[in-house]
Amino acid sequence: MVGNAVFRVEGLRKSFGRNEVLGGIALDLHAGEVTVLMGANGAGKSTLVKIVSGVYERGGGTMTLAGQDFAPNTPAEAIRAGVVTVHQNINDGVVADLDVATNLTLDRLSGKGAPTLFNPARVRREAKAVADRMGLAIDLKARVSDLSLADRQMVAIARALAHQPKVLILDEPTSSLSSAEADRLFALVDRLREQGVAILYISHRMSDIRRLADRIVSMRDGVVSGAFDIKPLDYEGAVNAMLGRKIHLDRIVARSSARAVLSVEGLRIAQSAKPISLTLGDGEVVAITGLVGVGKTALAETLFGVRRSLAGTMTMNGKPYAPRSAGDAIAAGVFLVAKDRATSGIVGGFNIERNVSLPFLGRMSSLSVLKRRLERATARRQIEQLGIVCRSEKDDMSALSGGNQQKVMVARWMAQNAALFILDEPFQGVDISARRDIAAKLRASANGRATLLFVTELDEALETADRILVMSEHTIVGEHRNADVDLDRLLAEVAGGPLHSAA
Amino acid sequence: MELGKNRSGAGVRGMTLRDHAIRYGFIVLLFGLVAYFAIAADGFVSPQSAVFIFQSVAITGVLALGVTATLVVGGFDLSIGSVATSAMMAAAYVMVVLEQNAFVAVIICLLIGAFVGLINGWLIVYMRVPDLLATLGMMFLLVGLQRIPTEGRSIATGMTMPDGSVANGKFSDAFLALGRHRFDFFIPNLIPVSVVVLLVLAVLIWFFLEYTRFGRMMYAVGSNERAAELAGAPVKAYKIWAYVISGVFASIGGILLAARLGRGDIASGNNLLLDAVAAALIGYAVLGAAKPNAFGTAIGALFVGILLQGLTMMNAPYYTQDFVKGVVLVVALVFTFALSGRGRN
Repeated sequence: MVGNAVFRVEGLRKSFGRNEVLGGIALDLHAGEVTVLMGANGAGKSTLVKIVSGVYERGGGTMTLAGQDFAPNTPAEAIRAGVVTVHQNINDGVVADLDVATNLTLDRLSGKGAPTLFNPARVRREAKAVADRMGLAIDLKARVSDLSLADRQMVAIARALAHQPKVLILDEPTSSLSSAEADRLFALVDRLREQGVAILYISHRMSDIRRLADRIVSMRDGVVSGAFDIKPLDYEGAVNAMLGRKIHLDRIVARSSARAVLSVEGLRIAQSAKPISLTLGDGEVVAITGLVGVGKTALAETLFGVRRSLAGTMTMNGKPYAPRSAGDAIAAGVFLVAKDRATSGIVGGFNIERNVSLPFLGRMSSLSVLKRRLERATARRQIEQLGIVCRSEKDDMSALSGGNQQKVMVARWMAQNAALFILDEPFQGVDISARRDIAAKLRASANGRATLLFVTELDEALETADRILVMSEHTIVGEHRNADVDLDRLLAEVAGGPLHSAA
Repeated sequence: MELGKNRSGAGVRGMTLRDHAIRYGFIVLLFGLVAYFAIAADGFVSPQSAVFIFQSVAITGVLALGVTATLVVGGFDLSIGSVATSAMMAAAYVMVVLEQNAFVAVIICLLIGAFVGLINGWLIVYMRVPDLLATLGMMFLLVGLQRIPTEGRSIATGMTMPDGSVANGKFSDAFLALGRHRFDFFIPNLIPVSVVVLLVLAVLIWFFLEYTRFGRMMYAVGSNERAAELAGAPVKAYKIWAYVISGVFASIGGILLAARLGRGDIASGNNLLLDAVAAALIGYAVLGAAKPNAFGTAIGALFVGILLQGLTMMNAPYYTQDFVKGVVLVVALVFTFALSGRGRN
């Protein structure tokens, strides 16, 4: 197999500053095969894709395409050489205001040898040839902005294929498609595979992977942590290689709770998803884990009142709980440290003090006039409690490291007592020591509230939680007490194995 | 963590010359300007001259304070100039044609301002029209609308209405006093009402933005809307309120304009929008705030006023005024975005 690789990467390295993102990647792609690349956030997938597609320069290592050295300096060079990438954001691949025919031939409108005058008849003729070769059944005169997301993606892929690539890279192509739309994409991938294109398919969706993969390569922390090409493919093994445990740092003593704080009954958060029921107890730290895109954030937002559920009821401390906004949730004592602090947490124009006080301005003012002394005292107390490294509470957020910024986000919501404290991916982009500080703080202060974490990495769940729930396909598929966890069963649940034989 | 320490450590000692320039540059420039005119222009340093400067910027200042509120929530209001002139025409119409008293005229003007602000907010928040376009559309709409009742004519006592009748109402004395009365302040008949209104509104909006939870939340909305929403703020309501504040302030400006002119002049108020926006944007540079703020806006308005008054007293021709204002604005924007922007990254 190794001998006939169309595209081969060896010892590929990349660092940003002192931070090594890729530590020697080896990857082979074969003609007529779909290689699935799996990896959690930060594993280095997108850096790899960007190097291969000519966006980044490599730090070291070699790449060969059909035996020739391959070193693209720009995306255009990579495409000309026959390595074509369709990026995750569909709208990056198409121009919404132009029609399909122009989109399909867009790359011929510029560059050397392109005609000065725009000839609509020729564009349509060329576009038709491209569409026919792919079996694309879309009206070529339609404007792309009028097309569905799936059709747009077909156009983006068709546009990529107009170059007749040897290697096609699809970066999470189904992340915004419905399952019927995804089926059309799979049919297309099958056809390309028959035509002998080497395909690198990046995805988190187990159902996609089961449907398409000839081989699976797992990445973790910038290195290939597992390669699987013996049929039947070992899906659990691949998930384990991607998420599996590193060295276990802290053993925790799992607690159980006597009093229920939040009960959820028959909650449905997506069309055709099975209902969710769960109970969270006082003093308990519960982690919900699962791959990216299985509905963890949707569930967090539903509990916090910023997303509507399709069905189901919630009870909080014995009373019905049906928040209609974040304000409702906060008033009921439900706090959320949202995922991705840069876009949904940090107010960039505010210093630490003002970021901390943001949700509780009402409680820190009298007659709506802010009590600045109380605000400052609160910020100082929280900086002390969470061990935030800073000069003073007046520091700008941009002066803090990622871990300290995240501590500010946690400190913000720990300034007041919560009934239910939800943290969505609280350890993303956080260094190990800050992560342990935050986890320890959460456990130490857990009494008097229920704590719910959403994490993709299993380690993070095992290090912090008393109980671990597993999510897959927008519902909860497993529950484990964090004492002698049956890791094989847990990984099988994450991989969606026993429940969904073939999606 | 080590890295974080080092970086913040550099900040302590890092109060460099450039930081000082960004922070105090504009204030220094302001004092320099005053000092220069004090020497170069006879009679520049006198209470009367100071009052004249304040009076000349009072109306644009009020408008600028209003537009500051929309800038704070990350929006923009281009309709303020036309709201002001519409309020002026409405005041004249109510008193001259409908023969109502000053109180009714003022209330109607304020209601118009609030209503236009509400519509602007609704267009932007619920109809998802981009702020610049929504308020640009509203500007055109109002410029046209204020001409319809009188078929494009200015409003003054004794004018002939479209139906041939003569309008016999007149501006009430109480209303005119808003434009002409002067309070005693050490010197008799020194400070005009419009200046008092400007100062009161400036203090009000400054206190509101800096010291109340609503103002704080408005800044949060402007800086990171999603974070504000997830912190429990009713983001849509805050945005709409900002446009209501802007509309009401603009209508107050219109009332002052009507009271000063004593008629509903169709041709006046052309410069209000640009002058007010310039003052608010110059305000970004004051004290290195790099964000919309009430104090900066007031200083910005004053800066333009001092510059124009000084140049006028030195016999600079009137037609150079807009050029000078433009230069000041461009320099202020460079201060804000190029210098302090790089410092923060």
